[in-house]
Amino acid sequence: MNPQLFQLICFYAFGFVTVAAALSVITLKNTVHAVLALVLTFFSAACLWMLIDAEFLALALIVVYVGAVMVLFLFVVMMLDIDQEKMREGFVKFLPVGLIVAAAMLVEMLGLIGVRAMHAQVMGANPATAAGLSNTAWLGQALYTKFLLPFEIAALILTVGVVAAVALTLRERGDARYESASQQVKVNPRDRVRIVKMAAERPVDETPAPPQESTP
Amino acid sequence: MADQLINQLVWPIIFILCITVPLIIAVAMFVYWERKVIGWMHVRLGPSKIGPFGLLQAFADVVKLLIKEVILPTKANRFLYFMAPLLALIPALAAWAVIPFSSKMVLSNANAGVLYLLAMTSLGVYGIIIAGWASNSRYALLGAMRSAAQVISYELAMGLCLVCVLVLAGSLNLTDIVNAQAGGKGLFDWFWLPLLPVFVIYFISGVAETNRAPFDVAEGESEIVAGFHVEYSGSAFAIFFLAEYANMILVSFLASILFLGGWLSPLQGWIHADAPGWINWIWTGSWVWLFIKAFVMSFLFLWFRATFPRYRYDQIMRLGWKVLIPIAIVWVMVAGCMKFFGWVSIGVGA
Repeated sequence: MNPQLFQLICFYAFGFVTVAAALSVITLKNTVHAVLALVLTFFSAACLWMLIDAEFLALALIVVYVGAVMVLFLFVVMMLDIDQEKMREGFVKFLPVGLIVAAAMLVEMLGLIGVRAMHAQVMGANPATAAGLSNTAWLGQALYTKFLLPFEIAALILTVGVVAAVALTLRERGDARYESASQQVKVNPRDRVRIVKMAAERPVDETPAPPQESTP
Repeated sequence: MADQLINQLVWPIIFILCITVPLIIAVAMFVYWERKVIGWMHVRLGPSKIGPFGLLQAFADVVKLLIKEVILPTKANRFLYFMAPLLALIPALAAWAVIPFSSKMVLSNANAGVLYLLAMTSLGVYGIIIAGWASNSRYALLGAMRSAAQVISYELAMGLCLVCVLVLAGSLNLTDIVNAQAGGKGLFDWFWLPLLPVFVIYFISGVAETNRAPFDVAEGESEIVAGFHVEYSGSAFAIFFLAEYANMILVSFLASILFLGGWLSPLQGWIHADAPGWINWIWTGSWVWLFIKAFVMSFLFLWFRATFPRYRYDQIMRLGWKVLIPIAIVWVMVAGCMKFFGWVSIGVGA
């Protein structure tokens, strides 16, 4: 089996799994199942990226989205008590809005892909292999030299987002009780426990002890 | 055609079996060793009845688990309930693909080996969460919640530790990382010395990621019975057990590879004798050194379990977010300075 054929078979296999999982995200009735299908979609998309030698992107997708974001998402969805019947009630009511949004997105995507196809030439050789570097090394060099400013701005925006999220959720509640970590750390064992020094045995009387019952 | 098939399909499968089968046996012996060590630390004997010194105890336990009935709780989600142990086991085994046992012995010498390891270890949490949810049990769900929060928190600290190693080694490839620790100063050329705080943080995070004592609130026997796997019995439970112990051994190997020079000898550069191969490895390094280091690191897991009381849940979170992550972030910058000003020698005479 030549490598190209094998790659093609892998592409179709992963592509099929990706599409099937993405479809089941929106068709499955159980929300937890839908989230797990989304995880599978991400995972097989990462495999597809791996096939085109984009190993950093593929693994970052798994680490960030599958390993962290979706875990938290699953966390939230598992805690929800969703009434399945109620979820399906609004289907007809929201159908027109959904269709409009879907159509708009389809037009946008087609426009983007179509414009790209008209303007850009066929994609050149993989710049990483052309430079003789691994995908990760090439990406790192590009980000930290050529695209340093956009990269730093993106990092700044993310930091602002984190600070904003913390600021929005951090509310002092009057009736909540908090444990002060610094007080707990500063506690001295002598304040809590008193160790009493005493003889291990009482002095034995001279008179012989009464015969003890034998323990079983 | 047939040659290609054998080269591309049969040999890799044989290599995979050469890693996984000894790993599974190692897990069984590690369980025995754990019970022995904790027994000695408690001034007990530990398992001593089955086989010489109780050596066959683990195999007897495996047989017992395999012939026990697997119980499905009422209203449990059947598919996910049986899927969960596999989802825990697959990443635990898959991560071993990129571990280099010596300079030549590695299944997949992947360029992005460290990233692959991070990806695999972060996948392991799904088995735990799905097990907790699919069991339809309060205790299991609570255990899954605790585990998810803990694994995500400590993954950050672990990732930052790996960044420090990457900065010094200048590569994501595990073989290159080990080679970067070669030099003429013996064990002082390894990364544990310039990255000492990071080494400690990495191992603490590893203990927390594998849900081991003193961070085992996900199991928390005294509070939530056994956490996420409380409803599992028989072989399904055995698979969870296997995954947990395989992960422990993996963390031990990784700590040895990233910080303790992998297969390199602690005497490297000090002895330049010309000796036959069976004695040469003591100073030129071989897989034996890696196994010795990993054995010592895995012993720490058992030592911790016998020594420390369990952390409270909020203490675990505070330790992860407010102590380990800030120190690791500072050390990323320190590692950058070390590399930039050339304070550490990287891979001299490799």
